[in-house]
Amino acid sequence: MSVLPTPPSPADGVQTPWGRFASQFAESRLAMAGLVLLVVIVLTALLAPWIAPQDPYDLTKLDLLDARQPPGAQSMDGLTYWLGTDGQGRDMLSAIIYGMRVSLEVGVLSGAIALSIGSVLGVLAAYLGGRFEQVVMRIVDIQLGFPAILVALILLAVLGKGIDKIIIALVTVQWAYYARTARSAALVERHKEYIEAARSLGLSGARIVLRHLLPNALPPLIVVGTVQVAHAIALEATLSFLGLGLPPTEPSLGLLISNGYEYLMSGKYWISVYPGIALLLTILAINLVGDQLRDVLNPRLAR
Amino acid sequence: MSAPLLAVRNLRTEFATRDGVLPAVADVSIDLARGEVLGLVGESGSGKSVTGFSIIGLIDPPGRIAGGSIAFNGEELVGAAPERMRALRGRRIAMIFQDPMMTLNPVLSIETQMVETVLAHERTSREAARARSIDALTRVGIASAAERLHQYPHQFSGGMRQRVAIAIALLHSPELIIADEPTTALDVTVQGQILYEMQKLTRDSGTALIWITHDLAVVAGLADRIAVMYAGRIVEVGAAADVLESPCHPYTRGLLDSVPAATAPGQRLKQISGSTPSLLRLGAGCAFRERCPRATPECSAMPEMTTVDGRALRCHHPLAPVAREAA
Repeated sequence: MSVLPTPPSPADGVQTPWGRFASQFAESRLAMAGLVLLVVIVLTALLAPWIAPQDPYDLTKLDLLDARQPPGAQSMDGLTYWLGTDGQGRDMLSAIIYGMRVSLEVGVLSGAIALSIGSVLGVLAAYLGGRFEQVVMRIVDIQLGFPAILVALILLAVLGKGIDKIIIALVTVQWAYYARTARSAALVERHKEYIEAARSLGLSGARIVLRHLLPNALPPLIVVGTVQVAHAIALEATLSFLGLGLPPTEPSLGLLISNGYEYLMSGKYWISVYPGIALLLTILAINLVGDQLRDVLNPRLAR
Repeated sequence: MSAPLLAVRNLRTEFATRDGVLPAVADVSIDLARGEVLGLVGESGSGKSVTGFSIIGLIDPPGRIAGGSIAFNGEELVGAAPERMRALRGRRIAMIFQDPMMTLNPVLSIETQMVETVLAHERTSREAARARSIDALTRVGIASAAERLHQYPHQFSGGMRQRVAIAIALLHSPELIIADEPTTALDVTVQGQILYEMQKLTRDSGTALIWITHDLAVVAGLADRIAVMYAGRIVEVGAAADVLESPCHPYTRGLLDSVPAATAPGQRLKQISGSTPSLLRLGAGCAFRERCPRATPECSAMPEMTTVDGRALRCHHPLAPVAREAA
């Protein structure tokens, strides 16, 4: 039996990777505030059917006589419209909660799909190199050369309206960012010895890419991911505002803002402003969390 | 004597660089019997690591094996199908790397990394793979292996990590292990323990070992034979004791003289004058002639490898009397 000194066990105060990550993240109060806000927003969106005072999709519940009521007004059947009502008599608070649900769904889904496609292509490009890398990265370059909004507008004009269509458009616009980040992260990892060691053990190429390369290239992808989800939500709001996004039956935040736009000049500010604030808070919360993630996960800023 | 486990003949490995083709390994021939320990010694850039990587088939572009043959158990490895090489790697030929901080994947637990190595080559249950891993960890002297299996590389010290790397290399009881300076990054006491255990493990299992190092003291106690490389070529091969006690090649002599232990305290260390030549501008002759005290005009022709009494040498003017007759 050897008599090597035993290295400290976790019980001796050595933190698990997750513990260290969490405590570093919590160092910034602003980021924690962002995280709390984000959790509240996500929970509200997820629990929308139980939280919202009204089901904004149920047209039978709407009463045109309640249209354009200011914040705090009472409905005919005693319901208080805390944030007022829109042009169809919909409770703005409920519409915002449901709209946030749609916005988050679109943002997170398109982000996740773009992340999967982009990071696999990027990591493969770094691992395989050669012609595959050339082709993928040139497509990325071309993609990034066009303004995102333009590409999305053209796609939506061709595809039509609907949540699936807008997700396709957002994925098309965004996968290139993930691919570029994944490739550069994987290029760094690829030349580290543990990849060489994994190859010297005779592991298959797919296994090395998926189990060894991808997880180690993940931190920068997470950072880009949070920023891009915020981006996707903003882009979707923009597209909806321009009338090319989601169908008006299930309005997202962007469409709500757009709906209230025509009333803005006549003093009925709440129809546009409150969804705008909700959108702002959502994106702000995601970005605050993303910034801190970047600081914690960036090895160059390691303390 | 039975057929050698590994027979490398006239191996040439080149790297295409901006300034031309760089012959990192040229005309290298190595024989290795089962269970034999060969110390491959040389300074940085002498081609010893590239020789190891060539054998295991991990030369990446811009590098390539430009000529020669590598026979493993009689099977030709140069030009073998990538799938065939993958089946051999890790199972019958294993490699241990220099820096144990770098060779374990930081985001996977030791268990994951060991189990996946077992399953890469054998269809067996996860449980059996786990048991094998625990057994391998215990063999390299890791206490309470079952608990440590769940830990991540950062929870191990440097020496422990190298033990884990060795345990991974041993999982399939390979016939050949190529160890690329595995103790260089460790401190001297840990180095001693690892050396001792490597020696014991290879003796017990009859594994042949190529130990690549620049440290003559390390191979002195470990290797059966020593091959000295200079500028991509092997300049001297012989039984470890012979090479260390009566070196025939002026370069080996110079290497041994520059070991601090050979000098009395207060005396200046002997050194080999000049520095390693660029592999791009070697010219035709002996690569060592610019720095060699015994060089003559004859040395501008490349000396052939000559063998006398199991002692192979590449020199026109060898030192010891044993080999002088052959020159």
